[in-house]
Amino acid sequence: MSEETEYEIALSRPKAFYSAFERKEELQHQTHYCPGCGHGIVHKMLAQAIDSLEIQNRTVLISPVGCSVFAYYYFDVGNIQAAHGRASAVATAVKRTRPDSIVISYQGDGDLAAIGSAEILHAANRGENITVIFVNNTIYSMTGGQVAPTTLLGQVSTTTPKGRQAGNEGYPLHVSELLATLQAPVYIERVGLGDNRQIAQAARAVRRAVENQARGLGFSFVEILSPCPTIWKMSPVEAQHWVRDVMEKTFPLGVLRDLIAQAEPRPVPRPAPSLDEIPRILGVAPPAPAASAERSSPKPASPLDLQVRVAGFGGQGVLLLGEMLAEAGLDAGLEVSWLPSYGPEMRSGTSNCHVRLAQEPVDSPLVAHPDVLVAMNEPSLIKFAATVRRGGWIVYNGEAVPAECPAEGVHILARPFTHIADELGDARAANMLMLGALLEIAGSLPQASVDAALMRLVKSPRWLELDERAMTRGRELFQEAFEGVRR
Amino acid sequence: MHRQLMKGNEAIIRSAILAGCRAFYGYPITPASEIAEAAAIYMPEAGGVFLQAESEVAAINMIYGAAAAGERAMTASSGPGISLMQEGVSYMAGAELPCVIVDITRAGPGLGNIASEQGDYHQVVKGGGHGNYRTLVLAPHSVQEMADLTALAFELADRYRNPVVVMADGFIGQMMEPVEFPTTATSPRIPKWAVAGTEESRGNLISSIHLEPDKQEAHERQLEAKYTIAQRREARAEEWWTDTADIVLVGYGIAARILKAVAAEARAEGLRVGVLRPITLFPFPAEHFRRAAAHAQVFLVVEMSNGQLLEDVRLALNGARPAEFLNRMGGNVPSHAEVLESVHSLAQQIPPAEERQGLVAHV
Repeated sequence: MSEETEYEIALSRPKAFYSAFERKEELQHQTHYCPGCGHGIVHKMLAQAIDSLEIQNRTVLISPVGCSVFAYYYFDVGNIQAAHGRASAVATAVKRTRPDSIVISYQGDGDLAAIGSAEILHAANRGENITVIFVNNTIYSMTGGQVAPTTLLGQVSTTTPKGRQAGNEGYPLHVSELLATLQAPVYIERVGLGDNRQIAQAARAVRRAVENQARGLGFSFVEILSPCPTIWKMSPVEAQHWVRDVMEKTFPLGVLRDLIAQAEPRPVPRPAPSLDEIPRILGVAPPAPAASAERSSPKPASPLDLQVRVAGFGGQGVLLLGEMLAEAGLDAGLEVSWLPSYGPEMRSGTSNCHVRLAQEPVDSPLVAHPDVLVAMNEPSLIKFAATVRRGGWIVYNGEAVPAECPAEGVHILARPFTHIADELGDARAANMLMLGALLEIAGSLPQASVDAALMRLVKSPRWLELDERAMTRGRELFQEAFEGVRR
Repeated sequence: MHRQLMKGNEAIIRSAILAGCRAFYGYPITPASEIAEAAAIYMPEAGGVFLQAESEVAAINMIYGAAAAGERAMTASSGPGISLMQEGVSYMAGAELPCVIVDITRAGPGLGNIASEQGDYHQVVKGGGHGNYRTLVLAPHSVQEMADLTALAFELADRYRNPVVVMADGFIGQMMEPVEFPTTATSPRIPKWAVAGTEESRGNLISSIHLEPDKQEAHERQLEAKYTIAQRREARAEEWWTDTADIVLVGYGIAARILKAVAAEARAEGLRVGVLRPITLFPFPAEHFRRAAAHAQVFLVVEMSNGQLLEDVRLALNGARPAEFLNRMGGNVPSHAEVLESVHSLAQQIPPAEERQGLVAHV
């Protein structure tokens, strides 16, 4: 024991690495990376950063599809393997769900710059508080060397056998420069693994990018130019020199964004409300006992079973009319349904809805043969008049039902409701006039339930007053026309 | 009892939050957008996350991330968006991550239109992504079921560690009916397997990779074993007078509502008509069909797609009884009248009960 004290350990395996790679099928003492591959170096600098920032327990590493798909073999941290290109989307949600975690998205150039270009762009633009390590080796290595967005002009790949041509594959994509056009990122730097000096700088950049997240500063991105001797068909030494001597000419190294000094830690999310508060927040909590006792639902005077179709132009308040009727029915203790027609029936800007009020649960909410058609314009009248059941009613917004309209065997109340509403104060109250008439036809729906529905759906005092008047006037118009007649 | 008039799409998000969902990632599409709009209001209020993603592809992968971190997570879309999500759904099934996906279906293929259709049956029920997996599929036919089945979907997703789809047509999403919610909210614990950025979860791995064929096969067999258990335990259907029916009408979603109205009218006419409504589309309630086939003479499948449900009904019946077919597509709904007419026509073909004495269904 005593001789150990004579040595100081200057370099050792980072704690953030497993001591044996047990998730690997074989050769558990070494990585799956090829000799001279840059991933081993980048892994080490990342593990050292995790160690030095003492965040191993909080770290979640997102591994991509590509050569680093198996990063979880090596990192003794929480590990999530993502679909091709989607690592920064996955990282986004992990971080937002667990704000205390340190989320590192580790991606190659095929993964990030091609199939995942949308996900990285938007994660960066949102300024997600994550760290992205982007290992750029200009090629799809895992799949055997196909052209990547980052492949240099003239560079041979299995899918650019004569070399990349700008006219066919476009130009090398400069992801760091692209992201540096965005406002949100805090830190963007391109580094290389071309020689020891570059590697030392790369390690500093990786550490900063992780530290920024630990400090809550925002989106940090490090692009690392990295050798791939196997696919490049070079020796490890040649490949490293190629990074420094060739690759760097297309992808200049340097800091493209550094707002670390100015960046404020992102706001901490509000604490979640207690579970008891959730029903109230959602507006589904039952009303306080006192209030509900005060307003017990009046029951309809007689059993009510009513099928209504309301139709008109968009903007005439067709849907609101129907909803008001359904709300009133529900308040009166009836079973109700309200179904807006949309799709093919909505062509030419017409709007219509089906409303059912019934004693028993409503089977079909679709009203094929209404007891009452409320037609707020002529096209709606023409379209639906023939569907009204014999002995039913049509309430029509017009002086009279046109002669050609098929309306035999039905009662008709035709009045220029829009005009009458205009005289009452606003033409848009025509729907409530017609609802008033409809309520007379429905007969037994208690006024208290109608008032309750009105209060629930109409918030403006001006409209509340006008709608009440309009409804009353609508009832009168019906009574004047059909004194003593009830459905 | 506190019943509120509410759209199906709005009921879903309230039910999800009451069930402990605190992550919603989505992308706008008609007729499902109200779900995201409601989530945008309520999710942050409830201490959860709402984010409109850059695409459905990103959205489902965000769900993957939230689920991997141990959160009850959901998204909602419609046919074209669900198509884009299928890769992510396959990954989630492969990585055994729970989530709830709501599909408010519209008409297709391609851009189609925004009206109600049920053409997503195959892509949702049969698993539209790659590989050997299944999604559990619930098919609400009322606003109350939009709430109830969404809550159930989260339970099933956690129980089976698998994506669960709530599939409803645009009508069920857009219509308003009275709905009642649970009076208390639940808050599930972070599952043991989750990667939550904590010391306890540091050793966890979420992945769908098994390089060795034997290990991959074992994994797929284990998934299959889960689906077998689900088939035994989770199949649900609603039966309306099927025990005394000569003619059994079959449909789900808005179509089932029409079938109930038709059956009521046919019963009033003295015809022995029932309705069998699958509530789970996977697992398919085949046992319910076999039971009904013991009495029924014929089944009439009514769907808003091109025979996709019909295939499963015929598989379930396995030739025991004929399954006739009535469908509408493109955003059209089978009308009460046309279904009733088919019922009348089938009723005339059924021999009177006295002539059927001694005929026993072999099922």
